[in-house]
Amino acid sequence: MMNSVAVEVDDLHVLRFGVRAVDGVTFSVPRGQVTGLLGPSGCGKTSLMRSVVGAQIVRSGTITVAGLPAGDPALRHRVGYVTQAPSVYDDLTVEENLRFFARVLGLDGAEVDRCVAAVDLGDHRGRLASRLSGGQRSRVSLAVALLGNPDILVLDEPTVGLDPVLRRDLWDLFHRLAGDGAALLVSSHVMDEAERCDRLLLMREGRLLADDTPDGLLERTGARSIEQAFLSLVEVTS
Amino acid sequence: MSHVRPHTSGGRAMSLRITGAIAGRVFAQLRHDHRTAAMLLVVPSVILTLLWWMFEDQGPGFDSLGPPLLALIPFIVMFLVTSVTTLRERSSGTLERLLVMPTGKLDFLGGYALAFGVVAAVQSAIAVLLCVWVLGLEVAGPVWMLTVVAVADAVLGSALGLLVSAFARTEFQAVQFMPLIVIPQILLCGLFIERELMPPVLEAISDLLPLSYAVDAMSTVSTTTSDAFGGVDTSVWSDLGVVAAFTVAALALGAATLRRRTA
Repeated sequence: MMNSVAVEVDDLHVLRFGVRAVDGVTFSVPRGQVTGLLGPSGCGKTSLMRSVVGAQIVRSGTITVAGLPAGDPALRHRVGYVTQAPSVYDDLTVEENLRFFARVLGLDGAEVDRCVAAVDLGDHRGRLASRLSGGQRSRVSLAVALLGNPDILVLDEPTVGLDPVLRRDLWDLFHRLAGDGAALLVSSHVMDEAERCDRLLLMREGRLLADDTPDGLLERTGARSIEQAFLSLVEVTS
Repeated sequence: MSHVRPHTSGGRAMSLRITGAIAGRVFAQLRHDHRTAAMLLVVPSVILTLLWWMFEDQGPGFDSLGPPLLALIPFIVMFLVTSVTTLRERSSGTLERLLVMPTGKLDFLGGYALAFGVVAAVQSAIAVLLCVWVLGLEVAGPVWMLTVVAVADAVLGSALGLLVSAFARTEFQAVQFMPLIVIPQILLCGLFIERELMPPVLEAISDLLPLSYAVDAMSTVSTTTSDAFGGVDTSVWSDLGVVAAFTVAALALGAATLRRRTA
């Protein structure tokens, strides 16, 4: 039986540009679920996610991903990562971007087709990334992260700026991937995305305010929305 | 669920597949950027034609200045192109993404060196053929050797450009490294005044700069013949060896600036 915990973070501290971006955070991300990391911009979400994929210099704490330390070479085929700003080549087409990253991963053209379809960019395959809208570019970036069906996905604000229909479709995709056994850690600064997550990590000023299910959180705080729950938790802790 | 990501290049330092993928991607980018591609191929020839025209009525000026310029132009162009493209990779997040994937640092560097080496070969071949066949440049040694030296210079330019991109935060800063790193080398390489005639301190400094060796190699190929290997004086091979050593050193330092983990 595969370990049901995909990512374990224990007492993580990250200093970024002289600021305590992550200040003693402990949590785990289970397989088969979508874990939402919510908080305002600048609360440390990106530093936390970069730490999980092994791209961030951390000050202290341990991060275990699929039983290995974060950033271990054996994880480079297993972790899909979407950076906050779409990291794709503007001077290549959608298809060329996907083909390039597929070659780096040792994958074939069928996998490119599957991932282009998964983010609904089939009509734009031949377009240069620079000619796409912001939302379309971030979907190209997401498609790259889906290449090869990684069992751990770390997605930094993948749905920012997308229209509501597309946003719903992508969340459906995330849940399908989770249903297949993947672990997803998805960040957002939009509180209304919280109800789409199986579990929530609420973050503010480098610390976790809560680690609960959306329903559990509403029940515990007596709030009617996640936004209200966030506010009441801020008041309690300060 | 099926995890189809294959585990082909786990801990190996270099993967031919990934190096090839990166070189192929650079070519694809150039294919879309017609203006850059055209300038890379045509501008050196335009400059050399201008030089030839300047000296039309002035005797052997073109024969003595042409070969050094054949060394300088690919060096300058590749320095600029590489420093800006690598800086873009660093700032757009694509480098971070590649390094989270199974890309080795040597794959990244090798891919760029390969792609720009090929571009430099085509660029130099066009310029050399133009100089020799159309503009009547007198070359005592083998003509193909001029292209070999030019490619070595271009790869050196790429390696230095890659290295300085680590010290620039913006494209403005990256371009400013051109006058800092390149122009002193042009002044001291023997193009304006023979190196032996410079003040001793400057001559000693010019002995430490890679472009001096590149220009020496070009001049030797164009003015001498030899029965030694390759039809060139053995000093050409030792000059090329120095250029190659500087290239390897710059690539090694450049590799040290590619960090999987950053602040």
